[in-house]
Amino acid sequence: MSFIPLELVHEDGSTETIDGPQTTTSLHYRRAPLAEPAEQLARLDAVPIEGGPTGTGRFEADLAASGWPDLRPATLEIFQINLGKLCNMTCRHCHVDAGPDRMEENMDRATVEACLRAIDRSGVHTVDLTGGAPELNPHFAYLVDACVERGKHVIDRCNLTILTTRRFRHLPEWFAERGVEVVCSLPHYRRLGTDAQRGEGTYARSIEALRRLNEAGYGQGDPRRPLTLVTNPVGAFLAGNQASLEAEWKEALARHHGVTFDRLLALNNMPISRYLEWLLEKGQVEAYMERLVNAFNPATIAGLMCRNTLSVSWDGRLFDCDFNQMLELEARLPGHPRPHVADFDPEVWQRHTIRTARHCYGCTAGAGSSCGGAIA
Amino acid sequence: MESYYKPEHLPRFGEIAEGNKDLADAFFAYYNKVFQDGALTAREKALIALAVAHTVQCPYCIEAYSAASLEAGADLEQMTEAVHVATAIRGGASLVHGVQMLDHVKKVMM
Repeated sequence: MSFIPLELVHEDGSTETIDGPQTTTSLHYRRAPLAEPAEQLARLDAVPIEGGPTGTGRFEADLAASGWPDLRPATLEIFQINLGKLCNMTCRHCHVDAGPDRMEENMDRATVEACLRAIDRSGVHTVDLTGGAPELNPHFAYLVDACVERGKHVIDRCNLTILTTRRFRHLPEWFAERGVEVVCSLPHYRRLGTDAQRGEGTYARSIEALRRLNEAGYGQGDPRRPLTLVTNPVGAFLAGNQASLEAEWKEALARHHGVTFDRLLALNNMPISRYLEWLLEKGQVEAYMERLVNAFNPATIAGLMCRNTLSVSWDGRLFDCDFNQMLELEARLPGHPRPHVADFDPEVWQRHTIRTARHCYGCTAGAGSSCGGAIA
Repeated sequence: MESYYKPEHLPRFGEIAEGNKDLADAFFAYYNKVFQDGALTAREKALIALAVAHTVQCPYCIEAYSAASLEAGADLEQMTEAVHVATAIRGGASLVHGVQMLDHVKKVMM
């Protein structure tokens, strides 16, 4: 398999290849038709659906039948910034289609400054940094420091393997000094599923990174050093019961590796991008959509992340969530046909209607799924 | 091809209430309670169910508990070990009867 090495230049002039495990290459790199959001949406719309409250397969109709004719925001609490699609890894299920080849899509300093001004206007308590590997953005440290200075709770959505590279080995202590919450992807507490989804060698490097985080004070119940793990199914099934999984994971990781963490989030996979490609290859897209729609749970709607989160892309555009961002479904803010973070107005956001499509069944299935974990 | 086993029977399991709703309700209430977290976790119970499914050779149960085991957080290695537990007990159950055979043989042989 061919891939593009990701090289970084250190201050002493030396270079380092920030390598990472991979199970595939990006759709973008392969110029696959499915790289286009319109193609992804068309593939989802082509699935025959009979289940759910209305049996129509129209998410808006199922919302309306559940007492939500218009999906409106609650209180804005989380400012989520996707710093770019660049990543040292290339996981099979990535909804961002991230990878080491995605060099162009990376937030610049002017957009970072526009985000900070918008954060000041927004009243949010949390700034949630994601990617790609957000750490690879050259303005990452500046942005984290600026948010911490503002008294915001900062979340770094971390792929773990990046913490084992020379360039980023200092991050556990650096995060600890700033009280950054580290939210890490680890699909399974055992090697088999983890490496199948994220690439050979991921598990060993992830455990090494978790040890380093533990050494820096993370994952021991200290509210200033919260370590959260995120699991998503390694296959075409739904996430299990979050509380039940958390207890097993804690016991198993402590027993096998002496590693501890604070909280486990169990998320469903969104049927978009590379996970959608995998479903199509497996002939599982119809069965998976049926599973999601049949598990539609109206009790999840009030707590959906799109109701308390603003999602900003690397180029400063505004979305209702990171999944809509990847599908290029921009937030429909009244009077802002091209909504940009530089023009962000919380009053306008409060009045807008959240954009939905078929992929949204991924967040309302079973116990629900959001960047904050299970909902109901 | 005609077959006694039909995959579409599994999602239709609830239709068994047609002949007696009280008994079906009681059964499904009991059934759902059995698989909740208790002294054993939901994952451990799903793995036991998977092993038993192979012993009773129920294709509906094998389909259902392959999926349930994965959802409850088991992986292929754990599920394969569970099936080997069923296999070991099945094989062992045959083999331990060999001692009966041995006694019969010793009774009649020189």
